[in-house]
Amino acid sequence: MAINKDSNGYTFVFAIALVVIVGAGLAAVSMGLKPMQDKNVEIKKKMDILGALNIESTRQNATELYDKHILTDECVVIGSEGQVKDGLVAFNIDIKKQYKDKNLNPKDRDYPLYVADLDGETKYVIPVVGSGLWGPIWGYFSVDSDKQTIFGAKFDHQGETPGLGAEIKQKFYYSQYEGEKITGDIKSVKDGTGAGVNGKVDGITGGTITSKGVEEMVNRTLSVYVKYFNNN
Amino acid sequence: MSEKVKAPREPLFSKKNKRLITEPLDDNNPVTIQVLGICSALAITVSVKQALVMTASVFFVLALGNVIISMMRNLIPSRIRIIVQLVVVASLVIIVNEILKAFLPDMAEQLSVFVGLIITNCIIMGRFEAFAMANKPWPSFLDAIGNTLGYGIVLVLVSIIREIFGAGKIFDIPLFGDRIEKTGLYKIGYLDNNFIILAPFALFAVGIIIWVQRARNKALIEDH
Repeated sequence: MAINKDSNGYTFVFAIALVVIVGAGLAAVSMGLKPMQDKNVEIKKKMDILGALNIESTRQNATELYDKHILTDECVVIGSEGQVKDGLVAFNIDIKKQYKDKNLNPKDRDYPLYVADLDGETKYVIPVVGSGLWGPIWGYFSVDSDKQTIFGAKFDHQGETPGLGAEIKQKFYYSQYEGEKITGDIKSVKDGTGAGVNGKVDGITGGTITSKGVEEMVNRTLSVYVKYFNNN
Repeated sequence: MSEKVKAPREPLFSKKNKRLITEPLDDNNPVTIQVLGICSALAITVSVKQALVMTASVFFVLALGNVIISMMRNLIPSRIRIIVQLVVVASLVIIVNEILKAFLPDMAEQLSVFVGLIITNCIIMGRFEAFAMANKPWPSFLDAIGNTLGYGIVLVLVSIIREIFGAGKIFDIPLFGDRIEKTGLYKIGYLDNNFIILAPFALFAVGIIIWVQRARNKALIEDH
């Protein structure tokens, strides 16, 4: 007997079967690949931290270099007033998640601080997160042992326009932050006078909102770390 | 019921099957003739590499999807067929994304939102609805190859124009010297055209390709 494919019953059964099969399949794929994906994210984070210290790394040697240069025991997590928070591991803090969390008071956010040893010299690595024009932007700063001068910087973004806002990812942009002081505000200027001047960097032509986003993210976050550095 | 007459087996690459691959390349190109898949052609043609990976991802989704839909075509209730097609596209796209994230994390990062854009690619739904619902798996597979190639050709053409004149590069290799250090052509005042990087230019580029194609082949011009 042929089944009436246009009957309600058949349509229901077909839809339910389809959803169950597809759902189970996707869940299996997702769970099977999760460990590998998590590992990739972790390695990427290590590469970003190393990048802020001007250390070139690849996915293969990132973990090794990270273990060599980052003093895991000295890394701390601080609160918005610059106080040290006990019992937290800096590497496990997901600042992007905290930034997105609307229920979390900005005062309660955790601020991880990584301490690195670069050929005998101590450097501090600070992660920052903020909003660009189309989506989140983030980055890492490294600060010299004088706890004032920026040693290296690196930015990344999720969906900024290629050729415009996405240029914050390029070296010519983030290298402007090297040598700036973290104690004062670092302004993003439009008139091209930022080069070589303390407290100013050149924004990106056609990427004004992204440049402003970087400015806001940098100044908001760095001020927290300045409080910590002043106390210690 | 009358007795079934067994049709002679069609060779795998019969003339009809070959046409499935060659037709979408020119006379029935999904982008320039059917004007489908325009959204992604505008969004991802910033660099040739992105265009190629996007074409590969579309091929995976379209080929597998066409075969799956074609195998299920006699089971799908006609009232919910569009939803069923959507479920198939969406789950295949999720699988592509998960695999890229696990095995090619750098590529996944570059493509980020674009892989998700495959779901909105009208070519895929168009081929499911117009071809796979009425044909056997093998011709459906060939149809997917043809349409992906037709789509890919337009994408690569547009991205070559945009990457060379918008970013001054091809496959990330600088062509005209260094933009920041001002060497090569940049020294004598050449500037990359930032407009070419933006999506509106891609529309012009697709328009120019459509124009050239129709000027060459008058049969493609519809008369009103």
